[in-house]
Amino acid sequence: MTSLLVGSAAGFSGDRVDAAGPVVDTLVARGLPAVLIFETLAERTLALAQLERRRDPELGYEPLLVEMLEPVLARCLEHGVRIVSNFGAANPPAAARRIAQLARELGLRTPRIAVVSGDDLSSLAMRPLLREAIGPRIDEIEVVSANAYLGAEPIAAALAAGADIVVCGRVADPSLVVGPALAHYGWSPDDWARLGPATMAGHLLECGAQVTGGYFADPGLKDVPDLESVGFPIGEIASDGSVRISKAAGTGGFVTARTVKEQLLYEVHDPAAYLTPDVTADITEATVLEEGRDVVRLTGVRGHARPATLKVNVCHEDGWLVEGEISYAGPGAEARARLAGDIVKKRLQGTLDIRVDLIGAVSVFADDGGRMLAASPEGYARDVRLRVAASHGDRRTAERLAREVTALYTCGPAGGGGVRTSLRPRLDTLSCFVPREAIRAHYEVVTSGKRP
Amino acid sequence: MNVPLYRLAHGRTGDKGNRSNISVIAYRPELFELLVEQVTEARVAAAFEHRRPSRVTRFVLPRLQAMNFVIDEVLDGGVNSALNLDTHGKSLAFLLLSIEIEVPVSLEPMLEGAPQNPN
Repeated sequence: MTSLLVGSAAGFSGDRVDAAGPVVDTLVARGLPAVLIFETLAERTLALAQLERRRDPELGYEPLLVEMLEPVLARCLEHGVRIVSNFGAANPPAAARRIAQLARELGLRTPRIAVVSGDDLSSLAMRPLLREAIGPRIDEIEVVSANAYLGAEPIAAALAAGADIVVCGRVADPSLVVGPALAHYGWSPDDWARLGPATMAGHLLECGAQVTGGYFADPGLKDVPDLESVGFPIGEIASDGSVRISKAAGTGGFVTARTVKEQLLYEVHDPAAYLTPDVTADITEATVLEEGRDVVRLTGVRGHARPATLKVNVCHEDGWLVEGEISYAGPGAEARARLAGDIVKKRLQGTLDIRVDLIGAVSVFADDGGRMLAASPEGYARDVRLRVAASHGDRRTAERLAREVTALYTCGPAGGGGVRTSLRPRLDTLSCFVPREAIRAHYEVVTSGKRP
Repeated sequence: MNVPLYRLAHGRTGDKGNRSNISVIAYRPELFELLVEQVTEARVAAAFEHRRPSRVTRFVLPRLQAMNFVIDEVLDGGVNSALNLDTHGKSLAFLLLSIEIEVPVSLEPMLEGAPQNPN
C-alpha cells in the first residue's frame, strides 16, 4: 500500500500563515495520498476562544482561520489534499460555516466538511461529571472552558466518510496525524504496535517548524540555514507506523538527527509511557537515522494499550495580573533599578506580594519568591529594565502596582524612563481525568459537498 | 578541564502544568557517558534549587544518546499562574546547559563551540 504524507502547516495559534503554501506544493509534487494539518490550540487558547464565542455565537474558532486557509484551499481541493485541524477551537460548527463561505468567495466547489464534537464539557449538564473528577472545588470557580482531549477515531471516521476537511475542537495534538493514518491504512484502533509510532510521528509534526530548525538555532553552536524562511515539516508514514520526516521544498531550515531528537523529547515525561487518548507510546528503544539531506527516519517506537481515562482541562477565572516596567541605563543602572524595585516593594508591603525582575541582569531564570535575585551579587549591568508583577482577586488592589511604577517617574531613582503598565484578567487551569465512556466523541458531515 | 554543558549537549524545555521537562542530548556519542556520570538528578536539582522543585526524575535514553529530566513544581504554578515573564519556563534549558562538566583533555576535540570568553 502506498505511504501517506502528512504536511504540517501550523504549530500553534499565531503561527506563520505563509507556511502552508510550500508544504502543499511539495505534497502535490510528490503525488502520494496526502493530508495537511494545522495545530492551533494551546491550553489558554481554548479558554480565550470560549470567551469570544460568548461575545459572538459565530466566533470562537481560530482567529487566523481565513488567513491560514485562503492561500491553499483551492489547491487542496483540486488535488485531493485533505485538511485536518483543531482550528474549530470552541466553535467548530461556526468554523465549518466560515470555511464553506470562504470556498464560495474563492469560487471553489463546496467542500465536504465534517465537524468533530464531544470535547466541550463546559455546559451545566456536564457539571456532575466534572464534580466527580475534580471535587467540590468545581462549584467555587467560574468555569470558562472545559474540554476533554479526544482521540483519532472520530477523525478517521470522518475521513472514511469522504470528508475533504475535518474541523475539530480539542483533540490530542498527535491524533491529528493518527486519525488520517488510521483511515488510510485501516488499522484497528487497538493496533498498539502501529498507533505508537504513528503517535510519535504526530508528535514530531504537530509543532510545525520545531522539527525543521525552528526553535533550535544557537549561533556558534547550532546554526540553522535561512531560518527566516524555515520550511514546515512533512511526514511520510509507512504501513508499520514509522515515519520519515522531511520538509517543504525550496525553504529554509533543516531536518537533522539533532532537530528530530529535540522535538521527539519535547513535552515528554516518562519516555516509556507517552500517554494520548489513542495509545501509550514508548520511545525507550527509538532511534533516529539521517537517511539523506533533510530526511530523518524515526524507528523503534513501541505502543501499549491506551489509558482508560481521557484528560480534561478546565479553565477558570483567577483574578487579575498586573505588571509594570521602567528602564535605567548607563553607569549605576543596575543599582538604580534595584532601588526602584525596593521602593515599589516597600510601598506595597502588606497589600501585594510582588515579583521583581531586573531584565538585563536577573529575570526569567529567577523565581517568584525573589530568592535568585537576593542571592545574585549586585552587578554592573548598564541597561536594565525593572519589571514588577503581582496578582490579586480584586482589580482595584491590583491596579495599585501600576500606579506605583508610574510614580517612579518623579519619586523614584534618577533617570528612569519608558514606563509601561498592563492589567489583565487571569485564567488558571485545572486538569483531571474522566472515564472514556462518559465522553461521546462523534463527527457529523455538515456540508453536502462531494469529493469528485 | 571544566567546560559548560552547552559545549557537550543541546536541549529543549517542554512544559505541562507546573512541570518542566528538559532534554539533554549529546552532540557526539563519545560524550554521552560523561553526561550520564555528571548530569545527575542531584546536579539538576541544585541548579533549580531557587525554584524549590519537589522532585527531579532522570530518564536515560542510550539509543538517542540523550537524557530527559522531569522537574516537578518548578514553574511557580505554571503557564497560567506564575508571575514570571516566561511562564512556560521555555528558557530553563539554558540554565541547565550552563552547569560545568569536567572533561578529560583527550575529549576536547569533540566539544562544540569556542572556549568561553572570560568576559
